[in-house]
Amino acid sequence: MNLLTVSGSPHVHGGNSTKKIMFGVIYAMIPALLVSVYFFGLGAIKVTLVAVLACVFFEWVIQKYLIKGPSTIHDGSAIVSGILLAFNVPSNLPIWIIIIGALVTIGVAKMSFGGVGKNPFNPALVGRVFLLLSFPVQMTSWPKPAVLFSGLADAVTGPTALGHLKEEIGRGRTVTDVMENGTKMIVDGQEVLYEIPQYMDLFLGNMGGSLGEMSAIALVLGGIYMLFRKIISWHIPVTYIGSVVVFTGILWAIDPEAYVNPAFHLITGGLMLGAIFMATDMVSSPMSNKGQLIFGLGCGVLTVIIRVWGAYPEGVSFAILIMNAFVPLINNGLKPKRFGEVVKNG
Amino acid sequence: MNDVIIYAVISLSLVGAAAAVVLYFIAQKFKVIEDPKIDEVEESLPAANCGGCGFPGCRGFAEALVKSANEKQSLDGFNCPVGGNDTMATAAGILGLVAEEKEPQIAVIRCSGSCENAPKKINYDGPATCAFAHSLSSGESGCPYGCLGCGDCVTACDFDAIYMDEETGLPIVKDNCVACGACVTACPRDIIELRNKGKKDRRIFVSCINQEKGGPAKKNCKVACIGCSKCFKVCPFDAITMNNNLAYIDYEKCKLCRKCVVECPTKAIHELNFPPRKEKKAPADKPAKPAPKPVAEKPAEKKEEPKAEKE
Amino acid sequence: MSVLKTFKIGGVHPPECKYSAGEAIKALELPKQVTIPIAQSLGAPSKAVVAKGDEVKVGQLIAKGEAFISSNIHSSVSGKVLKLDEVLDQSGYRRPCIIINVDGDEWDENIDRSTELKKDITATKEEIIKKIQEMGIVGLGGATFPSHVKLMVPDGKKAEVLVINGVECEPYLTADHRLMLEMADEMVIGIQILMKGLDVKRAIVGVENNKPDVIEHLNNRVKDYPGIEVCALKVQYPQGGEKQLIDAAIGRQVPSGKLPIEVGAVVNNVGTAFAVYEAVQKNKPLIDRVVTVTGKNLKETGNFMVRIGTSVNELIEKVGGLPEDTAKVVSGGPMMGKALNSTDVPVVKGTSGILTFEEGEAKRVETTNCIRCAKCITVCPMGLEPVLIAQYAGNELYENVEAERAMDCIECGSCSYTCPAGQPLLDYIRLGKYKVGEIIRNRSKK
Repeated sequence: MNLLTVSGSPHVHGGNSTKKIMFGVIYAMIPALLVSVYFFGLGAIKVTLVAVLACVFFEWVIQKYLIKGPSTIHDGSAIVSGILLAFNVPSNLPIWIIIIGALVTIGVAKMSFGGVGKNPFNPALVGRVFLLLSFPVQMTSWPKPAVLFSGLADAVTGPTALGHLKEEIGRGRTVTDVMENGTKMIVDGQEVLYEIPQYMDLFLGNMGGSLGEMSAIALVLGGIYMLFRKIISWHIPVTYIGSVVVFTGILWAIDPEAYVNPAFHLITGGLMLGAIFMATDMVSSPMSNKGQLIFGLGCGVLTVIIRVWGAYPEGVSFAILIMNAFVPLINNGLKPKRFGEVVKNG
Repeated sequence: MNDVIIYAVISLSLVGAAAAVVLYFIAQKFKVIEDPKIDEVEESLPAANCGGCGFPGCRGFAEALVKSANEKQSLDGFNCPVGGNDTMATAAGILGLVAEEKEPQIAVIRCSGSCENAPKKINYDGPATCAFAHSLSSGESGCPYGCLGCGDCVTACDFDAIYMDEETGLPIVKDNCVACGACVTACPRDIIELRNKGKKDRRIFVSCINQEKGGPAKKNCKVACIGCSKCFKVCPFDAITMNNNLAYIDYEKCKLCRKCVVECPTKAIHELNFPPRKEKKAPADKPAKPAPKPVAEKPAEKKEEPKAEKE
Repeated sequence: MSVLKTFKIGGVHPPECKYSAGEAIKALELPKQVTIPIAQSLGAPSKAVVAKGDEVKVGQLIAKGEAFISSNIHSSVSGKVLKLDEVLDQSGYRRPCIIINVDGDEWDENIDRSTELKKDITATKEEIIKKIQEMGIVGLGGATFPSHVKLMVPDGKKAEVLVINGVECEPYLTADHRLMLEMADEMVIGIQILMKGLDVKRAIVGVENNKPDVIEHLNNRVKDYPGIEVCALKVQYPQGGEKQLIDAAIGRQVPSGKLPIEVGAVVNNVGTAFAVYEAVQKNKPLIDRVVTVTGKNLKETGNFMVRIGTSVNELIEKVGGLPEDTAKVVSGGPMMGKALNSTDVPVVKGTSGILTFEEGEAKRVETTNCIRCAKCITVCPMGLEPVLIAQYAGNELYENVEAERAMDCIECGSCSYTCPAGQPLLDYIRLGKYKVGEIIRNRSKK
């Protein structure tokens, strides 16, 4: 006869675990990963693999030798950070830069705060921004997509649609001009006509850019999967994307030649990736639903401000990181609705 | 280029000057006049901020001392357990008074319900805090008065003076205990008591607070006080009182004669730091006599070990 | 079909596991000895009125509740009082109990033991309340709040509706389910008595729609009784919580720190309604109750009518004994029940079920870092932030614990149940509540 166990209620557990959540996120990222492999070929696989392995390795090393705690790599959070980091860099990034990015992601942004669940900022975004500031050239020369194994991948580089448009508008051209006539550019001594991809290509992911931000449709698929698994709630993605659409819509309505239409903003750059995978990161987003609405709104407005008026063509990472800093404030200020607070008699 | 530098220097200087003026007026407006003696007294305190004196930190204690000195011209009732008599004498000197001498104290664990003496009857599965384990049930040993072994006292100790013995599952107080009383408050079962350190660190105490009748108490723990009153009867100094089936030794009255230690049938009375006893009594008493010693001396020996490891 | 009602905030769906739902209530044979704790209800403990060696009959008063919130306790058997002693009870501590050696089955002559249904309610409002108090009726849902206190509406308040709790939202338990099927007539009359005692014209029986047989059966029965309606509710835990049930059944939310009477509602369990029927119509004190014995590793499961004070051991023996691999025995349901220190403890008025867990189930999941997923906040039926309260309590910041309204917590366990990091949230919240309770008491003393 065993000794009876005595513990406080409840005596059953729902069976959910950090591991299940993290692997749910990984499954949700698979479509986007496949799309990037399709367009960028081996480069995408290489970057992702290196980022994931480096993240897991750094987490293991730091946990074992610095924190001296039980290993946490089995919960999959390092894998998620690794894939997200890979999603945020160009597919032709040198391996050593990726490893530095992984070290910042795991070492600085995650483990220095105490590991999984303790980081105030999204680790992958911290890593990404660090690389962007440290290696601006390598981080912004995007290979042009080419269908898998066609031999073209990694060969030709060009700007992202978003960055290109912003640059040209800055030169005084109108949106219609850039969109319809393209731009003559000098690449490797040759004159090339750069054209902004068609909307359908943008939607599917056939454009230059970071690994994971390519295909809006694949990212949305992943998002729907996570919503279905109840890993994320609709609040952040919907308010984030919604506020970007509304804000850019207002600007577009004011002057369609100076500001590009909302649909373009929606499917280019890292908006989808940010709104679905980065801003919804449980650890660094607010806890109450009300807070999540504010958080999404803030991210959206900041993203547009940076995209339209800021120095960088892409504002998603900065917007999310800035809002991450506001999370404790939001958590303190916005409490969930308590039971019995609004007494409805009748 | 030069213009820029000059403008910058001038404008920053102006801002600085303006800020200085503002700060000066604010500092004047919110000036707090405080007795300088408070600072002096605080300086003489150990700065451990343990709260053992009953005040919030050393500053609070210093304030209370100065206040009492000003109002009542005495420091009676105040004691800094960490600094002891020396500190109190210094503080009293600053205030021009004399502090009363206090016997130094130490925390004493009044439970011997180790895994061996009080075997596990249930498994406790939950957060490692005694306070919760206490609210949940009588504990793994089944003794509703015994140590739960989750180490709330260890967490509470600011001086690293208490640790859990892996083998027995009971906390052990090290010699550097300053009797701040944090562990006494932390223990949900009031097992820890502050007692006088005694001459040459020699102490005798009942290592049990079980108030149950002999039967149930003994059922859960071999070394429980069963309330037999034998020690009470043998004590020549009336230092032992019997209440609710439990013996208690008054440390003020106890003269450390050790008669009760021999008498206790369950070896619930512990003696600490005594030299080995001369064996001259009747053989019947022999097994009873040496037995308490290892129990008592074990902690004393172990006290030194962790220190050596750490240093 | 209209949308089923339920409460508005939070909630979880634990697997139901109602194995014993098909087992009819059987009377457990008389034990050889009963151990009756003298503190069986919320409030002050009762005072024993028998002494060692006294002969007692079934239904005889053995401990009197003297305070306002306390209840009478009656002997559940006939025989001789062996002793008054402290015995290990379900709390895990030794508490004063009356131990009676059983000798025959001689009932107090005032008790009507016939099974005939007595429909006419002759007692007046005052008589009903007095009878309920005399007969030691307490809330049988688990909280064991003395029922007569609930019927005494404080001045200035008015009861408008009686809510009868037939939800049984706890997994595994089926005691109320069987009672509603088998004793529906008695229960409905009990509800009528309670309505008369409260002076209300409307009663709602809340039943979750995982018990369609009960809903149909009750709907047939209540036809003859005006004012009683059956309300089918969407399955969601913790619907059986008093405040949640009121919210679900009549759409009113009891404000923080207030009693249900604040919104004109009084909640009673179906078991209580049945006990009230027996007390008022048959003069029978609360000396037995239905207990579910269940568990995944048990050979059989069942629902038994058990005399108060019977050892849990005998119940388990009845279903084939405790299996070797049992690692935990719980009194009550898996979400809110109490893990027992030993199976040799008495069944009391608040025992709704005995539940066994095998080794694998008994062990808690491994605790890892909180990942701030806010699942506990989403499921909390009181709209609290369990993770925050637990963290404050763990760090001994009890003022913050109080400010986060920890005292509103109903200890339903949804937070710990759902936590992916396996954190013992409720344990820490309980600790915090306990300490805050102390602080509040000290404050009111000053």
